[in-house]
Amino acid sequence: MSDLPEIPTEDEIQALVDGRLDPGRRADVEAWLSENPDPAARVAELRDISTVVERAYDHLLERPIPARFQNMGSRSMTRSPVWRVAAMIVLIAMGAAGGWFANDAVGPGNDPDVSLARGAVKAHQMYAREVRHAVEVPASEETHLVAWLSKRLDAPLRAPNLDDQGYRLVGGRLLPASESGPAAQFMYEAESGERLTLYVEQNLVGGETAFRFTEYDDVSAFWWKDGPLAYVLIGQGERDRLLALARATYQELNP
Amino acid sequence: MQRRSYELIETHIPSLRRYALVLLRHDEPRADDLVQDCLERALSRWHLWRRPGNLRGWLFTILHNIYVNDVARAVARPDVVEIQDYFPAMAVPPNQADRIRLREVTAAIQELPDTQRQTLLLVTMEGFSYDETADITGVPIGTVMSRLSRAREKVRAASWGETRENGRRIK
Repeated sequence: MSDLPEIPTEDEIQALVDGRLDPGRRADVEAWLSENPDPAARVAELRDISTVVERAYDHLLERPIPARFQNMGSRSMTRSPVWRVAAMIVLIAMGAAGGWFANDAVGPGNDPDVSLARGAVKAHQMYAREVRHAVEVPASEETHLVAWLSKRLDAPLRAPNLDDQGYRLVGGRLLPASESGPAAQFMYEAESGERLTLYVEQNLVGGETAFRFTEYDDVSAFWWKDGPLAYVLIGQGERDRLLALARATYQELNP
Repeated sequence: MQRRSYELIETHIPSLRRYALVLLRHDEPRADDLVQDCLERALSRWHLWRRPGNLRGWLFTILHNIYVNDVARAVARPDVVEIQDYFPAMAVPPNQADRIRLREVTAAIQELPDTQRQTLLLVTMEGFSYDETADITGVPIGTVMSRLSRAREKVRAASWGETRENGRRIK
């Protein structure tokens, strides 16, 4: 081996990141990287990404195993109605009714996230146009409103403060959610009278998701899941403007 | 027989479900259908598993094949647009940096083409060797390496690139 280590190949870089490069060659590659700051910075970034990916989904291993898998050991599984009923009883006993079962029952074409957004948009369309009865509890009773809705959803809710974005809280209400029990709606209003709603329901799947965007009729919605709750922010206007509001909302919810 | 084989398989259910869920972009009903199909197929073809073999790898191979043949075709959400640009270059307090970083990386993974996402997850999340990953996905090892490299480069560009360009890199 000469004093100058051979330039590592891309495969060797990947193997280094994964800790799968053989020790002899690894020393060479690391020596080469110590002389080459740009590739070294890239390797550091790739390692950082790997660390994030390794841990990002760990919480998904903790989910309870559904009854439909636990039953498989004793008999051949089919997705019969009888089995569905049995599975539902077990799920209700676990306090986790809804979720995958409810969706599974209506067929694979039903996306739970889409039904979440759809429910939230319906609620928006129903109440955002109400002038006098837009909310059940007004913003003047915000503390009571938040405590009440938190109790009903069995999770600590917050009504994000969007004053800096030009929207003041009007109030909120309790709604029936599609599958996961009660939902909460917070309504906001701009000077212009334009309204924005934040719809919150329990996140039975758990975990976090990215922001997702969708449009229905004349409104736009961003939704995301964060721990015990799933959120949908609905408003009119441009996607980018709503995205800015969604970010502000997220920050308010995670101070 | 069925019970004994199920007991061996059972310990792998959590990681199969996790992989299926991330593969299917957190569509839980579809992910659990995929896992159920995988387990049913494994039980019905139990005699094909060569002991002492790598049971975990075999199960992931079955799941991969079902996904490629059946599920990938069905996954279409014309009315949903996944967005790529969430949280670019936000000024955030330090205690949020990790969470936002996590969101950036996981969002970038969701945007990857299927083959690249599979490879990255199998190697990084599941810890399979390059050889095992090649077996599971049914491609030569060279293809695994190039998919891995491209996947990581895209995730890097999506997360580090944006924040750096704006001079507010979050670490």
